[in-house]
Amino acid sequence: MSTPNLAPRMIDYWAITYKRTYKASLISSFLTPLLYIVAMGVLLGGFIEGDPAKLEGATTYLAFVAPGMVAAQTMTTVFGHTTYMLMGMIKWNKIHDGMLATPLGVPDLIASHLGFVVFRVGLVTGVFMLVMAPFGVFESVTGTIAAFFVQLLLGLAFAACVYAFTAGLKDESAFSLLFRFGLIPMFLFSGAFFPVSNLNPVLERLAQATPLWQGVNLTRMLVLGQVDTGWATFNVAYLLVMSAIGWWWANRRLTRRLVT
Amino acid sequence: MADASNDPLIQAEGLRKSFGSFEAVRGIDVQVRAGESFGFLGPNGAGKSSTMRMIAAVSPISGGTLRILGMDPAIDGPSIRARIGVCPQEDTLDTELNVRDNLYIYGRYFGLPRAEVSKRCDELLEFVQLTDKAKAKVEMLSGGMKRRLTIARSLINRPDILLLDEPTTGLDPQARHVVWDRLFRLKQQGVTLVLTTHYMDEAEQLCDRLVVMDQGVIVAEGAPHELIRSYSTREVAELRFGIGENEHVAPKVEDLADRVEVLPDRLLLYVDNGEEAIAKVHERGLDPIMSLVRRSTLEDVFLRLTGRTLVD
Repeated sequence: MSTPNLAPRMIDYWAITYKRTYKASLISSFLTPLLYIVAMGVLLGGFIEGDPAKLEGATTYLAFVAPGMVAAQTMTTVFGHTTYMLMGMIKWNKIHDGMLATPLGVPDLIASHLGFVVFRVGLVTGVFMLVMAPFGVFESVTGTIAAFFVQLLLGLAFAACVYAFTAGLKDESAFSLLFRFGLIPMFLFSGAFFPVSNLNPVLERLAQATPLWQGVNLTRMLVLGQVDTGWATFNVAYLLVMSAIGWWWANRRLTRRLVT
Repeated sequence: MADASNDPLIQAEGLRKSFGSFEAVRGIDVQVRAGESFGFLGPNGAGKSSTMRMIAAVSPISGGTLRILGMDPAIDGPSIRARIGVCPQEDTLDTELNVRDNLYIYGRYFGLPRAEVSKRCDELLEFVQLTDKAKAKVEMLSGGMKRRLTIARSLINRPDILLLDEPTTGLDPQARHVVWDRLFRLKQQGVTLVLTTHYMDEAEQLCDRLVVMDQGVIVAEGAPHELIRSYSTREVAELRFGIGENEHVAPKVEDLADRVEVLPDRLLLYVDNGEEAIAKVHERGLDPIMSLVRRSTLEDVFLRLTGRTLVD
């Protein structure tokens, strides 16, 4: 497999594509976290008077749910950029075929796309965290900055795997399965909105095996300034391995599809 | 920019392409030299596009040898692609971007500096007569305009070889003539053109030399007029006798022509003098509903070689 050394040549493509929609996407980047935090954190959280000992170190439900929502937002941002959008490039517009008629190769296409998704994750979660900061949900400043970089890693891990999934699909019908049995259950049950210790032991282990939980757990430990080194190492290692496997798999699937 | 040596720009020997158990290209030999306009003529499914994709260094070969600009596509794919232009059968333009941006980003894929790409964009838009559409979205363009934009895009790297896969399929006659005119200008500038087509008029207009492909193999090779001379007569008399009648009449006129072809709707008499042949048909008391005389074309060559018509 060749290296993606020509990927930087695609920066202008992504810049021009993004320039068309950045205004709308910036506005929604501000609005989404605001709506979430008001609805889930402030209004719903107002009814929740859980024992702080059971909130994984958070003093309020708002402080508990905020890092969970950041990680969940990272995941949904990635899905938005690696499902229908990618299918359009490969299948409907066939712009990948046009790109591959130039010196660019499959590894360049993938690297630049993943790079763009990570950039978008950085922008979306950066704004998300800025909007949340005034609500006093972040205990540790350095931890919060580290948590920002965790979003990039979490984004890459998801992006590589979902890219690979999409790259081999014949049509878009499998996306509804991916959303129904992947995105939504993970969004609801990976510890973003309640401590996974509330689940029975088997389901708790299952939740801890999901990629999103790695991100939720890392983000929460970091912003609350209560890092368990063992868990943190495990979470980071998990996401690194997931990124590597996804990236490799994406190359394989897209090559099989387009280089025939 | 063509190679100084006299080596062919494209050299294929025993070239094959299979998809699973299906063999799309079954061992073809092709040589294209600098400055030549070379065509692959054949019906849909003849293996033309598969051949083009191999030459474009995007589709791995299944057998034989292939050298493009002296390089092996399996090893030097990116270097080959850097020096060729590809106008695919299906447009692969980014329909969400405007006309100029499509050209611009494409130039960047070749690693050209921004200022240089910008300059070339303006020149090429002028060349394909799309300057006033520079800011238009691609989805708003007509089929002919999209084709011209795709041609402009394939020229952004000033290629040594321009590959055109069915350049005018799906265009209306007027749009086809505009595209032909632009391609003819490129040919006059000395650009090496390689094109596939199933239109014999396109092949006659644009190709110095062509191969006729059928079912994955080359069945004839030469300049269009040479092929017509070798495989057909000077003129063709077309006679129409009404449904079901044509095959009954055929034996009665067989001796008037070098060869008679019975098509579902008409008879073709391959002769040197069409008017004379039609006069003799009438002398025999046969009265066709319609008759006309035309020159032989590559369509006749194809019919002779394969027993089938090009466009079905």
